[in-house]
Amino acid sequence: MALLETINVVKSFGGLTAINRVNFELEPGKIVSIIGPNGAGKTTLFNTLTGIYQPDQGQINFNGRSLLGLRPDQIAACGISRTFQNIRLFGEMSVIENILVGMHVHLRQSPVDILLRLPFFKREETDSEHNALALLHYVGLDGVGDELAKNLPYGAQRRLEIARALAAEPKLLLLDEPAAGMNPQETEEMTSLFRHIRDEKGITILLIEHDMRVVMNISEHICVMDYGEKIAEGTPAEIRADARVIEAYLGRGAVAGQHEEQLQ
Amino acid sequence: MSESIAKRFQDKLDHGVWPYLSVLVHIGLGTALVYIYPRSNLAFLVLISSLFSLYAFKTDRRFQLVAGALLALLIIPVIGVRNIFYLEVIFQISVFAALALGLNIVVGFAGLLDLGYVAFYAVGAYLWAFFGSQQYYVLPFAPGSQPSGLPFLLPGDAFYLFLFIAIIVAALTGILLGLPVLRLRGDYLAIVTLGFGEVIRVLANNLDKPLNITNGPQGITPIQRPTMPEWAVDSFNGLFGPLIGHPVSPADMYNLLFYLLALLVIMVIIRVTRRLDDSKIGRAWTAIREDETAAIAMGIPLVRMKLAAFAVGASFAGVMGVLLAASRTFISPESFSFMQSIGVLSMVILGGTGSIPGVILGAAVVTILNLQVLQGFSLYLSELRQSEAIIPLINFAWKDLSTQLDPAKYQRLLFGLILILMMIFRPKGLIPAQRRRRRLVADPTANK
Repeated sequence: MALLETINVVKSFGGLTAINRVNFELEPGKIVSIIGPNGAGKTTLFNTLTGIYQPDQGQINFNGRSLLGLRPDQIAACGISRTFQNIRLFGEMSVIENILVGMHVHLRQSPVDILLRLPFFKREETDSEHNALALLHYVGLDGVGDELAKNLPYGAQRRLEIARALAAEPKLLLLDEPAAGMNPQETEEMTSLFRHIRDEKGITILLIEHDMRVVMNISEHICVMDYGEKIAEGTPAEIRADARVIEAYLGRGAVAGQHEEQLQ
Repeated sequence: MSESIAKRFQDKLDHGVWPYLSVLVHIGLGTALVYIYPRSNLAFLVLISSLFSLYAFKTDRRFQLVAGALLALLIIPVIGVRNIFYLEVIFQISVFAALALGLNIVVGFAGLLDLGYVAFYAVGAYLWAFFGSQQYYVLPFAPGSQPSGLPFLLPGDAFYLFLFIAIIVAALTGILLGLPVLRLRGDYLAIVTLGFGEVIRVLANNLDKPLNITNGPQGITPIQRPTMPEWAVDSFNGLFGPLIGHPVSPADMYNLLFYLLALLVIMVIIRVTRRLDDSKIGRAWTAIREDETAAIAMGIPLVRMKLAAFAVGASFAGVMGVLLAASRTFISPESFSFMQSIGVLSMVILGGTGSIPGVILGAAVVTILNLQVLQGFSLYLSELRQSEAIIPLINFAWKDLSTQLDPAKYQRLLFGLILILMMIFRPKGLIPAQRRRRRLVADPTANK
């Protein structure tokens, strides 16, 4: 059974249809990419999946349950965690605290535990601090736990955002352009981190990415969007050969040129 | 060169017996000065600032506790009874510190700008004002027309119970305000809370008809105080009488009682704030302040957490409202004006938004500035004006000084100037907020 499926999802803003009848299934344990030119509706799709927008029409099912009408925090509690295209860390909080916020849905401390500092509270805080440190190590950010998140360099902020998302122990991780602004080496490291996350933690990954090296390298399945519609879907090899995809990216002429080349 | 000397000096002050010695000298000096000059504002400032050197110097926790207790439970009561004005200043500092700490939760932690905070203070004050006075029996009478000799609804000792009831009632009011404004952010929220603050004040002003609940602009009086046991007065006189030099009247003992109660409430509030800040709830508040969208995507229920912030912040103000009503025995809508809300907000900003020691210092600085420094300066100027003194060089006679230049008249101006200077040179406040540094244990999986 699909972990996530969208059925005929439509989302429009005024006269602009940002997502138009998108049907899409995500198998558990896969790494899947969504690609498409700027303005194709990729991030809007993410925002609709995470409840920031409610779809105008259609169905979204996750893990056998409809997500329609749920608030973003409830969807997060269902097991969908995400990162943002423009990094959205809690800048004035320490790195560790950012991760602890990610664990929010799993912490069971009640106001009474907190105000009386009951043993359960202390134990939970120590445990989650340990887990947070382990996560920091996992994403390759040792020794910065006490820094303010805003003081980290760009690449580290991207990693911290992933660690924060992982702290919620999600079933599905949505990554919005995780390799944007990174040099080839950093990109390489990121790609292998994603593989680790999937292989070791069994988390399904859905990512939006513009860097085709990343997309072709890591994805088992690719979904292409243009003008709010899904125009193609398939393995990297299939997508690479798909005429509509090339057209969307490079324009009709490019496809024609390619045909002429092929003819010659 | 001079910098290294300063640094060495600083180092020395942080190590060994020096910090302890400095604190003790400061406390001792302040105590001696106030004891010798019981009317001097300056002496009082020296003493009260010793609380902050106690906070600032790196000393042992036990030493801090003992010295703090000595200061709060022995020195201040004794010198406070000798000059009751000091006790009044400290009481007001405590009240405003509690208000500032409550507003700090809403504005500083959760980042929700609340311009009507004083409404919750009014709710607490009017709660005890109604139940702790004859107002219940005045209900059918228009203000001023009630017969004399009406009984009190509740005994004065119910005051202690109402400290707790006020927590609940004010928290519920906070939730009531929170519910409709949750969708609003930033400026919109500020405007609505401002309106709410005014609504409460106007209600207090006008709820004297059809049923006379608040007695309108005249306010409610007399409001009862808890009973003062005979033995408390006697034993205090027995213990401290020789130090003070004269027997203490029951009226002064009430000042002492309210000072101690305010101190107790402040201690509890600081504890509660610290513990909340350092938990799932406090982290959720800060996350909401930093980035609402990211916070909700991390599974933080915005509505519940914002309501919690409003409720906790309001409850602090509610308790202090009860305390104020009882200590003043009189309450009127005037005490809960918009300027009060702004005053508390500026204490928070001046001291350091989000910082617990900061907002307490902010409350202390603003209160002392209002009650002592500016008034003292004003008094000094009017004395000069009555004298024959002349400023040398420019040949200006003090008595020609316009009465328009009375500092009491430009209090707000000075205050505004200080705020502007602060925002330029120390935008994060006197004591900026700091995230807790954790004693980060080495990661067990990281044995490289």
